[in-house]
Formats: sequence, C-alpha cells, structure tokens
Amino acid sequence: MTASHSVDTKQPLLQIRDLRKFFPITAGVFNKTVGHVRAVDDVSFDVFEGETLGLVGESGCGKTTTSRCILRAVDPTSGQILFRRKNDEIVDLAKLTREELQPLRAEIQMIFQDPFGSLNPRMTLFDNVGEPLLVNGMTNRAERTDRVAELLKLVGLRPEFMHRFPHAFSGGQRQRIGIARALSTNPRLVVADEPVSALDVSVQAQVLNLLLELQKRLGLTFLFVAHDLSVVRHISDRVAVMYVGQLVELAPTKTLFSRPRHPYTSALMRAVPVPDPRIPVGEVTLKGEVPSPANPPSGCYFHPRCRFATERCKVEAPALREPSPGHFVRCHFADELDLTTAF
Amino acid sequence: MTAPLLSVRDLHVTFGLDEGSVRAVDGVSFDVLPGQVVGIVGESGCGKSVTMRSILQLVDEPGRIKQGEILYRMSGPNGQGETVVDLTKLAKRGPQMRAIRGAEIALIPQEPMAAFSPVHTVGDQIIEAIQLHHRQWRPDGSGLSRAEAREIVVELFRDVGISMPDQRVDAYSWQLSGGLRQRAMIAMALSCKPRLLIADEPTTAIDVTTQAQVLALLRELQRKYGTAIIFITHDLGVIAQMANSVVVMYLGRVAEQGPVDAIFHAPKHPYTRALLRSIPSIVGETQVALPTIAGTLPHPFNRPSGCPYHPRCDERKGPECAARVPSLQPVDQGQSVSCFLHHDSSDTQ
Repeated sequence: MTASHSVDTKQPLLQIRDLRKFFPITAGVFNKTVGHVRAVDDVSFDVFEGETLGLVGESGCGKTTTSRCILRAVDPTSGQILFRRKNDEIVDLAKLTREELQPLRAEIQMIFQDPFGSLNPRMTLFDNVGEPLLVNGMTNRAERTDRVAELLKLVGLRPEFMHRFPHAFSGGQRQRIGIARALSTNPRLVVADEPVSALDVSVQAQVLNLLLELQKRLGLTFLFVAHDLSVVRHISDRVAVMYVGQLVELAPTKTLFSRPRHPYTSALMRAVPVPDPRIPVGEVTLKGEVPSPANPPSGCYFHPRCRFATERCKVEAPALREPSPGHFVRCHFADELDLTTAF
Repeated sequence: MTAPLLSVRDLHVTFGLDEGSVRAVDGVSFDVLPGQVVGIVGESGCGKSVTMRSILQLVDEPGRIKQGEILYRMSGPNGQGETVVDLTKLAKRGPQMRAIRGAEIALIPQEPMAAFSPVHTVGDQIIEAIQLHHRQWRPDGSGLSRAEAREIVVELFRDVGISMPDQRVDAYSWQLSGGLRQRAMIAMALSCKPRLLIADEPTTAIDVTTQAQVLALLRELQRKYGTAIIFITHDLGVIAQMANSVVVMYLGRVAEQGPVDAIFHAPKHPYTRALLRSIPSIVGETQVALPTIAGTLPHPFNRPSGCPYHPRCDERKGPECAARVPSLQPVDQGQSVSCFLHHDSSDTQ
C-alpha cells in the first residue's frame, strides 16, 4: 500500500464536509415547493494533494452534482467545501461570492465529458485554449501564443494546429484540446467528469495515459468522476462510491476492489462484464431500480435491494464510519459481511 | 453443418458525397447460424452500424449498397419450406422488405429514448406492430383484435421483467426509467417473434447494474425462443459474456472473425490483439501506461492503400501490407483473419 501511505503523509487539498444539495420540486400556479430532490445528501470526503480520487456510481447518484458543487456551477444547500490555496490559506468555496471566487477559478479547472459540445466551434484552438489565459490577465497575444503552443505540445498535439477549428479534429484529439484548456491556468485541482466515456477503447487508452503522465509531470490532483469501474480502478489512488446522493464507501483502490465492505460496492463490481469468455457469467445480484432521490427509502437507502438487509436496516439509517484506517463505509454490518471478490 | 440463417457476402456500401465517395463498408462477409449470438466489435466509423442497416435496407441517402449479397433464409408460409432471398435485391419500400422488417428481422436501436414516439403510449406502438405482422401470431391470417394484441403485449412485458405490466402498457416512454424503456424496447423487438434480432449497442446508454439485468434477460430470451442475435458493441466485456462468435471490424472490413474463445485467447490479427491490450482490466496492474494503438483512425476520404490497418500496425510484415489488400483467410477451426502474417501474400483480392 505504498500509494496510500504516500498519500497519507500529504495534506488534503480539498475537504468536503456534510455537503448537501437539494433541488426543489415545485407544483401548482404559485410554484409552491412540494418536495426536494436530495441530489447530494450529506457527503464528506478529502482529496489529498497529488492523488486521484475516483468517484463512481450509477446515473442519478449525485456524483456529477457533487463535482459541480465544488466548481460552484451549482450552489450547495449546506455544508463546507474547504480548499487549500497555493499560500496554504484555507477557504470555504461554499460560502464565497462570485467576485471572491474569481481568483480561485484558475486553481480549479474542469475537463468535460463531451468533446464535441465542450469546445466552441466558432473559435480556433488558439482562442479555445487561450481564453482562460486572457480572462486571467494574459493580454499579450505573443505571450499567449507561446503558452498555447506549449500546452498543445504538452497534450501531444502539434502547435501548428493552433489556428484550426475544432471540427477538424477527432473525438480523442478534441478531448486533448479540452485537457490543454483545463491546464492553461496551471490548476492544482482538476475535476474530470467522465472524461473518457465518449471515446473509443483505443482512444480511451491514449487519453488515460495522457492524464497519468500529466499528473506525474505537473503534480496535479484529480477528482475523477466516472461510471466505468475498470477505468476508475486503473487511474485512481482511492475510490469513493455514491448511491442515491450519499457516499456509501471510500477506500484505497486495491482494498476497495479486493475487499469491499458495502454490499452495494460488491454488487456494482460484480455487474461489470469481464472481457474473458472463460469466466462464467455471474448471477445478477442487484435487481430492481435505483430509488428516486426525491423519495428515498427509510433507513439505509440501499436496503430494498440489499441481499443482507435486516429489520434494523429498514428503520435505522447507518452513519459513515471508518472500521479500518482510511476505509469508510456506510453499513451497519460492514464488520460482519464477507464480500471478498475475485479481484 | 447447419445452413446459416443470414449470410452476408462481400458487401460494399458507399456514401456518395460532394467531396467524393466514402467506402463505409468495403467487402464484409460473415454468417449468422440459427440461434447463435454473433458479436460485432469495432470502433466508431468501422462500418458496423452501416452493415446492420444494410441488412434491414435502412441505409439512408446518399448511402448505396454497391455490391454484394445479403442472403436471408426466410421461413415459408406456415413455417414450412424455406426460401433464400437476397435482401439487397428487394425494393427498400416494397411489400417483401416490409414483411421482413420487424417480423423476421427486428432491431433494438441504440437509444431507447429516441426510438419510441413520445406522443403514443409504448403499448400502442407495440400493438400496432403486432397487428401489422399478425401472421406471426396467427399463421392462418385471421388477424388480431386490439384487445388480443394488448394481451400479447402484457405477456411480453411480463416476460422481459417489467413490473405491473398491465399498467405500464399505457405509459408513455418518457414516464419510464432508462432500464424499463430498454426492456420495453426489447419487448417491442420480440413482439413479432423474429428469427433474427439485431441489437445495436443496446446497453451503451444504461448503467452497469441495469446492463447486467438486460444482458441476463437477452440471454434468457435467446434460450427460450432460439432467436439468433447480432450484437453490436464496442464493449469487449459484453461481447465475452454474450457472443458465440465474434466479428472484428476495422475501416469497413472484417479484420478477424472466429469463436469467442479464440478471439479472446488466441487472437491472430494485430488489430484484435492491440484492441484487447488497450482495455483497462478490472484485475490487472493499475496506474501504468496502457498499451495503445499508434496513430489515429484515418479520415474516410483518406483510406490507406493495401491493408487498411497497416499504417498503425506494430507487426507489419513488409511492403506487401501497403501494396495489396489481404483477403479473409481461414487460419484455425472456424477462425479467419485478413492479415498477411497468416496467409500467403499471393491470396489477394
């Protein structure tokens, strides 16, 4: 576990405490609020400097909303998002106003899922990649040209491409452009929301390699949001699993995949089809549908689909606890269940 | 050996654009045996979807089937006496093709949200198909009433694991979750008892846990009805779980085809090998560089000469790779490869 040790000694760059984001459901002529979609419901975790934290879960589990809260693309309902700035000053991103956030924007950047929708088709690569630089005060065009050329080289594109438009590039190349733009302001935290899920497997491998290499070279910290468990396992130091707006388990990657403690994590991993026809197809262990975050079940949110659910799970909501150092889990029976997988 | 249900022979489909013509499918051949699951793998732009659309004669303008045969063994009236028809020779909107579409060969499209009409209930849309192809249920041609067709839909919904089927029949597609919509889509595809089902990336838009349920459902239905399935996906894990045999496509050509075990454990084509290496495994080493395929997919107007894969190939044999196109040659039991590494370079096309 060298990876986790080296991480342990590092300071957290981002600390999320009791984060909640509820979207109101309105009805009637007066738009009266009749309920809330509990998209993020009491989420706490740390992201250490220089690590990659993977955030996984099914659609609607709140992983994207969590990442959007960090960027303040949506305003959290409650909770703290503590970010350690370059000068070691700790700021709560959840409390800042738009003006106060402005200088911080350069330190936190995002890589988007859709390489076709996230680049402005009417702007050349120079303008697409260079705009964050301009916004952050690099008004000298020659200086910006040099920086864009350097960034394009960094992500494996030729600087001569600078004056072309995004339509001239393939999906994988566009994703590289998106990465170059995210890195233009020398960010310390990069939130990547499904950065490879729109790409073909061979291109996906190239982009994953690029992200790993850039992290090593630039000492970046990644929050990597994805639904593909093999991709998350490949790139992450630690993995957090979300279910219906809650964090259900967080552990170092190898521990999580070899000895998950939450029944949902284990079921999620069993659902991944293994690319080997000799491995017999496992039984489908997770039946039914994800409950609606507007109307979550009583007690443990997972109990209606859980194989091990008892009466206690129906009434008492489990808290997130740490049964072994660095391994967080939200389950009453985390110590008793044996969920060891083949991985 | 059983006769194939569907046999695609040297299929060429081109799209005539202003800038020139694009050879989307460039000499594809493969067979589908009755009751078998054939997996088609390939990256975007390899021609897998165009091949499938050609089978159903659904290639949009300016696409045109230029050459080749798609031989389908049609069941005769009352299920007796089979005739082989060449689907490429049938009129796109003719009565024969319309009788085949849906009834003999059904499609599960990729995007279940876009596939259902939002202004009709899902039940209505399936009832319409059943009434149209009533011979599949009443071989004597006596027709089905709406109520009878509705009964069939409720039964199908129960079969595909939709809870409360008699209520869900009257739901609109936007009232159903992704998983339910995909199940309704499968029910629709099975509603006319097709002998061949084409599933075009049926699980790409849904979550892994729902995907596991849908795949289990397809396997079960396939056993129950003996339907042959062509399963298109780029997910090699799904292929390994579902397919009996696999066709690997690259730039409109078949690179390799064979039994699923051979493709995964004894791949012969450099492209198949590279593709298998490039997927992050759920058991392997983490945070290491993944082997990648050099270069990028060439632009369709800029097809390489010779073997379409040669500029990116790490096992290139010699100048013949750039000069001539290798044909698909048998190498092992049921396995064939189009690569000069595995056959004499005199066998060219």
